[in-house]
Amino acid sequence: MKTPDSSSPYFQPELETLSVEGLRALQSERLQQTVRRCAQVPFYRDKFAELGIRPEDIKSVDDVTKLPFTTKDDLRDHYPFGFASVPLRDCVRLHSSSGTTGNPTVVLHTQSDLDAWAEAVARCLWMVGARPDDVFQNSAGYGMFTAGLGFQYGAERVGMLTVPAAAGNTLRQIKFIRDFGTSVLHAIPSYASRIFEVMNEQGVDPRRDTKLRVLCIGAEPHSEEQRRRIEENLGVKAYNSYGISEMMGPGVAFECQEQNGLHIWEDYFIVEIVDPVTLERVPDGQLGELVLTTLRREAMPLLRYRTRDLTRILPGDCPCGRHHVRLARLQGRSDDMIILKGVNIFPIQIEKILLQFKEIGTDYLITLETREGEGDIMSVDVEVNNVFTDDYATLKRLEHEITRQLRDEILVTPRVRLVPKGTLPVSDEKKAVRVRDLRKLF
Amino acid sequence: MTIRQVSIFIENQSGTLQKVLELIKRSRIQIIASTLADTADYGIYRIICNEPERACLELKEAGVAVTISHVFAVELDNRPGGAADVVARFSEAGVGISYMYAFVIEGRGILIFRTDQTEEAEKVIASNGLHALSESELPMQY
Repeated sequence: MKTPDSSSPYFQPELETLSVEGLRALQSERLQQTVRRCAQVPFYRDKFAELGIRPEDIKSVDDVTKLPFTTKDDLRDHYPFGFASVPLRDCVRLHSSSGTTGNPTVVLHTQSDLDAWAEAVARCLWMVGARPDDVFQNSAGYGMFTAGLGFQYGAERVGMLTVPAAAGNTLRQIKFIRDFGTSVLHAIPSYASRIFEVMNEQGVDPRRDTKLRVLCIGAEPHSEEQRRRIEENLGVKAYNSYGISEMMGPGVAFECQEQNGLHIWEDYFIVEIVDPVTLERVPDGQLGELVLTTLRREAMPLLRYRTRDLTRILPGDCPCGRHHVRLARLQGRSDDMIILKGVNIFPIQIEKILLQFKEIGTDYLITLETREGEGDIMSVDVEVNNVFTDDYATLKRLEHEITRQLRDEILVTPRVRLVPKGTLPVSDEKKAVRVRDLRKLF
Repeated sequence: MTIRQVSIFIENQSGTLQKVLELIKRSRIQIIASTLADTADYGIYRIICNEPERACLELKEAGVAVTISHVFAVELDNRPGGAADVVARFSEAGVGISYMYAFVIEGRGILIFRTDQTEEAEKVIASNGLHALSESELPMQY
């Protein structure tokens, strides 16, 4: 496939602007292929037998709900090559996760898988304005970490001069940016901020002294404010990238120039958002766990892979002309979910409400406990700060208002407790103790 | 004429009041009067002291939720019914009292109260010849 003209907003115009009906037809066709490939994998063969599914029963994309789910544990249990659907001699690359919590997971690629991956990343980069005249610098770690080689091949596929700077050595990164005229940079958000700090220390003005204009950020949760700050500091447009190594790595979903949600390539994946407990699909726009079925993978096709990432589908059309659905910014992991009286609650929902009250701090502690006669109850401790009013009635009103808004959000009435500052466990970045589960299990 | 009161948010748990008092002691702040009501989960410990701004700053620095509020300190006649007569003047004028407490200094009874209707309260004090103490009239050093 040849590179399009630089004036084209799309890298692969036909596929990127395919109508919704066109996408569904393509997905149906590719799903059949995928299921046939999966029938070569003992794990899926057993599952199909268990569920009474014959590959030929799967005809359209709507049939995906008949298929079994796949979890990270399934991949671990079949370490290293149990999910291969082709002989190893047909595979040319292997990536593997760190395996800090058990067996690592292994992902195998054929040459065609690598080509498809590079195309997906190239599409993303082109979408945010990267062109063959650009110089692309990748400050992600190379090796097993998929963002290194993933962006490398994608950037080369666009036709950019690509600098595999890899992670670390910030002074050298800045030297490369200046000497090679880097205009498109990939970095995790915290590292982009670090590069800016060091530039400052060195008296380098990114607007005056560099050609940086596009930044791709991913792999790390960050807020919209952080993104805007990075853009302002470096004088760039920063775009969110979502990758998951079990799917391939970067290139799964990416923001377009609207910066409003990440398009996930539906010719590569069937996208489902499910309730993490019932595994039923949730309506568009509702928060749930992202579940992906691969459509282009040869070496290791995966059916309904539970990513554990929480997101929702943004309803409506995107002005960019791509009909591939948009995912909202990732909202944490389904492992954090609380189930209380049959209702699913995500700490992020509680956080969002608490942020609206200036009388309280940003730390909170959710406690779940079993009360005689009341069953399981939830209490939320929040810290009163120095703008509290010297008046019990006002404090009571504050308590009631927090309770009311939380109830409207999570559909369960929590017991809100105001506590003095400094009594809650201190949060460091993302690792705060936010939930205590003291419930009696029967 | 109002005086400053330091209000501290404390949890209803053993040791928390003591912690706050320890901080005040270490700052060498003199408490003249204080009150704390019992509630289920938390309480507001209210203090009249010699250096309210510094008390507030030092407590804030120690991570305590604290705020300054303004209260009236009205002198009472030292006889049975003294408080009743003063409170009657305010209620006749429709001035609502959120809370009150009293103490005695140098043989004089002082009624501390807070109201949202500061202006109306000032008028009641002036028209009835009541005496609202200023901070300088409080005994600052023993």
